[in-house]
Amino acid sequence: MKRSLVDLPLGQHAEIASIDCERRLSRRLMEMGLLPGTRVRVVRVAPLGDPIELRVRNYSLSVRRAEAAKIAVRPEGAV
Amino acid sequence: MSDEASPQVLIAGNPNCGKSTLFNALSGGSAHVGNYPGVTVDRTTATLQLGSEQIELVDVPGMYSLTASSPEEQLAVDALTESNTRAVICVVDATTLERGLYLPLQLIESGVPVVIALNMMDAAARIGLRVDTERLSELFASPVIPVVATKRRGLDALLAALEAQLEPRSGIATPEVTYPAELQADLATLAPVIARWRPQMPASQHRVFALWCLLSLGEDSLRGVPDEVRKAVGNIRRAAAERGRNLDLEIVSSRYVWLDRAVAETCSPQGPKPSWSERIDRVLTHPIAGISIFAVVMFGIFEALFAGAEPLIGAIETFTGFMQTQSAAILPPGVLQDLIVDGVIAGVGNVIVFAPQILMLFLFIGFLEDSGYLARVAFVIDRVMKGVGLHGKAFVPLLSGFACAVPAVMATRTIERRRDRLVTMLALPLMSCSARLPIYILVVGTVFAGQSLGWFSAGAVALFSMYTLSVLVTLAAAAVLRRTVLPGPAPTFVLEMPPYRWPSAGILWINAWRRLRVFLVDAGTIILAMTILLWALLSFPKSTEVSGHYATERAQVLQSASSETTKAEALQALDAREAGEQLAHSLGGRFGHAIEPVLRPIGFDWQIGVGIIGAFAAREVFISTLGVVFGIGEADEENKPLRQALRDARHADGSPVMTPLSGVSLMIFFLLACQCMSTIAVVKKESGSWKWPVFLFSYMTVLAYLASLAVYQGGQLLGYG
Ligand SMILES: Nc1nc2c(ncn2[C@@H]2O[C@H](COP(=O)(O)OP(=O)(O)OP(=O)(O)O)[C@@H](O)[C@H]2O)c(=O)[nH]1
Ligand SMILES: [Mg+2]
Repeated sequence: MKRSLVDLPLGQHAEIASIDCERRLSRRLMEMGLLPGTRVRVVRVAPLGDPIELRVRNYSLSVRRAEAAKIAVRPEGAV
Repeated sequence: MSDEASPQVLIAGNPNCGKSTLFNALSGGSAHVGNYPGVTVDRTTATLQLGSEQIELVDVPGMYSLTASSPEEQLAVDALTESNTRAVICVVDATTLERGLYLPLQLIESGVPVVIALNMMDAAARIGLRVDTERLSELFASPVIPVVATKRRGLDALLAALEAQLEPRSGIATPEVTYPAELQADLATLAPVIARWRPQMPASQHRVFALWCLLSLGEDSLRGVPDEVRKAVGNIRRAAAERGRNLDLEIVSSRYVWLDRAVAETCSPQGPKPSWSERIDRVLTHPIAGISIFAVVMFGIFEALFAGAEPLIGAIETFTGFMQTQSAAILPPGVLQDLIVDGVIAGVGNVIVFAPQILMLFLFIGFLEDSGYLARVAFVIDRVMKGVGLHGKAFVPLLSGFACAVPAVMATRTIERRRDRLVTMLALPLMSCSARLPIYILVVGTVFAGQSLGWFSAGAVALFSMYTLSVLVTLAAAAVLRRTVLPGPAPTFVLEMPPYRWPSAGILWINAWRRLRVFLVDAGTIILAMTILLWALLSFPKSTEVSGHYATERAQVLQSASSETTKAEALQALDAREAGEQLAHSLGGRFGHAIEPVLRPIGFDWQIGVGIIGAFAAREVFISTLGVVFGIGEADEENKPLRQALRDARHADGSPVMTPLSGVSLMIFFLLACQCMSTIAVVKKESGSWKWPVFLFSYMTVLAYLASLAVYQGGQLLGYG
């Protein structure tokens, strides 16, 4: 079963497994350092439920749920 | 550009890393400084004396990489490949090194001399980060200089390193990123094609440029890429996809593998985000506290623009009026006097009247950006904006639209993508701005005086409906524009949330002032020209018959035996009536007559038509133009004689012009029509072409007409009016 960032409990670390969204966006995310194997964590959810804030490579990034759902994650160190 | 050849140095870096602050510190000039990723849209430059050389320093818009798929993103690559670009100062926020070094790596790979300015070293020290800059600069084959742009620390070393980089060099050392063998083969295939496209490019750079093409091309809207290159890239990408390779991933992850190793070797492991910043975030994005604070801040901005700017605007208007009476007293009566008083001075007044709101809005936005709160505003409200296909960053401009569309349109520059910015810019003039209020008040006072609907006064219900309608129409228009005129992928929301910082007052002030100056010069010229044009339309040609007739009447009054005060009153009334008749005779007046057949179906007559033409200068002018048309003279929205004149106005068949139904029709027309040349001027300025303001004017006018038509005709069918 594939788990995505939206399924990740708040505050729990995970590793990015793959990014399967539209090319423009996946390229942007990759260039911002979100790559397979990168450690990531969901820090908070916006008051209205969307978007969500991620912590990755020591900076904070917010993305919409629809986009986060396309970022698959796996437990840390599991390859 | 005047001197094509003057050597230039670019200041590039991620959004929000301190480029503009460094630019200002180096040039002593005043570039835009903000804390909201992606603000710098203009090309800001300054001259810098470096040793014996004069170079031009360019503040390039923030970017995360050189990869481009839109003309906007292409800006940076274009600047980089310009032949007079001698070097790049790449600013890197030391607190986000792991990601921030991606851009300089890409820059250095491209072969341009780079100096890395490791900025925000103060903040980095606070979180306990140590960087071995010497080793880092060895790895990157480029000088790495620690700086604190806000405190001007490290600037001398930076300039020295820059000077050294400007020296002509033989071989260029670049970091050796290891790309997979298959990718290397692809690059070898592409290199000769690139060589044909860019013959003047050194052969060593063909492979790097091939990398850029592989990553950028495909589903892009870049200009000037030859078909041959597109075809070659397409073939390579297709072949790769067939074998299950992801080229983007191969390229980007090869670079990050190299970067991660470099960072691990030179930087101490970083601590977490500062706890106080985290604590502020916990409050500001809390479901209850966060939304309450959001509402209070937004209301504060709204109140300041709406009510706070009022005294200043009033003072400017009073001053303009004072200048007009003074000039009228000094200059001999005649066309020149009219031109100066009603054309030039009124036009200048029409421009500077926007100054208070523009200054205030940009001080606010500057504060929100620099503090980091604007990103949180977008974070909190994005959910709502997403529904109509807008970006979270569109909220502040839309809200400001309630006060005035002019600063609001200027505020859209915080939105990163051009398409998203245009949608916002084209929808927000539908927000009911404060200049529409006097018209509602006049109409309500004319047709709904003393009436009530249940517990409420009819006027209050009408006003409330106008504001509600304006919000609904604005959002609907955004949704429709997004699907029709400006189609394309819905805005994605990938927004960095910068740490909180305390903004510097001086920088806020410089920024707001800079925005205002650009408005006064660029949009101001258009507004002034249009005011003079409108004045001419409503003044010429003059009828000698009318002036002759009134000259006789005046003579009669003067010869009569009545008291001085009665005489003066009679003369004033004559002046007002003459002005009305002359206006009817003017081109504008005739135009009003000519379009009456079009206006009748929506319940207006030619006099209102002339008012609508005059209102183009500024919506408030509708009322004073009506005052002139009805021969009343000076009038405002509380003016009793004007209300009475409107009530007494009759169509040719004797039916009253102003009924509650035609009143509602008139209010809806003003709500939806783009009766404001200043909005047109500022949209021209911000969109960069006349195409969009013309479109804006057309669609709003058609919308307004159709809505008024539906209301008026529908209302009559239902037996109202
Ligand atoms: N602590 C600290 N803050 C800095 C430093 N340099 C810049 N800042 C702050 O960082 C924020 C962003 O600075 P800008 O100069 O606007 O950044 P920019 O790169 O031009 O941003 P964009 O044009 O929006 O991409 C401002 O609030 C600055 O005051 C620094 O060396 N130390
Ligand atoms: Mg800037």
